[in-house]
Amino acid sequence: MAVSLREYRARIKSTESMKKITRAMELIAASRIIKAQQRAQAAAPYARELTRAVSAVATFSNVDHPLTKEEEDPKRAAVLIVTSDRGLAGAYSSSVLKEAERLVERLREEGKEIDTYICGRKGEAYYKFRQRPIVQAWTGFSDQPSYDVAAEVGSTLIESFLKEQGEEGDVDEVHVVYTRFVSMLTQEPTAVRLLPLEVVEGTEAPDESELLPLYEFEPSAEEVLDGLLPQYVQSRIFFSLLQAAASELAARQKAMKSATDNAEELIKKYTRIANQARQAGITQEISEIVGGVNALADANAGAE
Amino acid sequence: MTSEGATGLQVALVAADRTVWSGEASMVIARTVEGDMGVLQGHAPMLALLTDAAIEINAPEGVVHAAVDGGFISVADDRVSILTEHALLAEEIKVDEARAELEAAQGLPTGDEREMRIRRAEARIRAAEKAS
Repeated sequence: MAVSLREYRARIKSTESMKKITRAMELIAASRIIKAQQRAQAAAPYARELTRAVSAVATFSNVDHPLTKEEEDPKRAAVLIVTSDRGLAGAYSSSVLKEAERLVERLREEGKEIDTYICGRKGEAYYKFRQRPIVQAWTGFSDQPSYDVAAEVGSTLIESFLKEQGEEGDVDEVHVVYTRFVSMLTQEPTAVRLLPLEVVEGTEAPDESELLPLYEFEPSAEEVLDGLLPQYVQSRIFFSLLQAAASELAARQKAMKSATDNAEELIKKYTRIANQARQAGITQEISEIVGGVNALADANAGAE
Repeated sequence: MTSEGATGLQVALVAADRTVWSGEASMVIARTVEGDMGVLQGHAPMLALLTDAAIEINAPEGVVHAAVDGGFISVADDRVSILTEHALLAEEIKVDEARAELEAAQGLPTGDEREMRIRRAEARIRAAEKAS
């Protein structure tokens, strides 16, 4: 009996309280996912209308806007990595970071230098620990992002994209790495190029009935586009933040569920061992008593 | 063309994170960068940039007032969509807060930031006052 019965009891107790904690976290994550999904749904009309408006302008005017212009010889690329603020979400943050590493590798092979922008404390810590430079990091909102944050991130990225080549802090491409929420069970780390914008979403031509009406633009198509495109970029970033939030919560729920299951297993195992130890103790005591009685009896018999 | 209570426009007032108001209406009044604009049934398709101002939607159940922070309006096939980063219905506007904001903004040094905050606060106050 390597470990005493008392110690096993203590282990069972601590595992039980851990199980309570992980169970609570699982439930919290589950209830927040529903909210996160509702937020994503609530934001959908804006994104849809915006896409419609952008494609309307793009169809009826020659889109020649700084935000859609491809640099001839791209030298620097900005990568925005959307991670979580808190851990205990399984492989959520590390799989985003891995995807980002792959993207960075690819961009480096194409001869581009990388500027890193990060959302979420986990990513920031990862880069700080490895002493890699971060241009800017935003933290503190990963499980419920607001539009204001997305707008701030967006305007920072747009600003550095619009700088002339050779200027301090200029980037020629902007990529976003985030986790796409496919379902409660699957979340996929995804890398997309945000800027320069590819305005037409999907390649198939619209149906006859879906043809967009001939719009008038006020004050002019260029100025409308000027107002539209930054908002479009921000809404895309908002969309990725919302998806990432839902994915984070789903990953956390899954991780916490398996932690709870494992704790249950552990409790079962320890209970068995503890019972065995208890039984062994009793058996030993009995055999000691019996042995003692026998020895006494033998001694008495010898004395008579 | 439109009598009292008649509808004919499908209006959606959409902010970045939610649909603020949607329904039928007979007329929409909004302020674009070129000036006030009214939209009735049968309006030509258009896309216009809005300024920070109060907008009015004449719905059958009464006039809806709201304040928007810029954004734009798109009209096509009697569907009107007003898209903006932030929108507040008159009922949601806290006039005291808006006034405090206006005062705070007036104390700022002159600049774009000050102008913008004053415009936004004024738009909110106007929308709230019109509704009451």
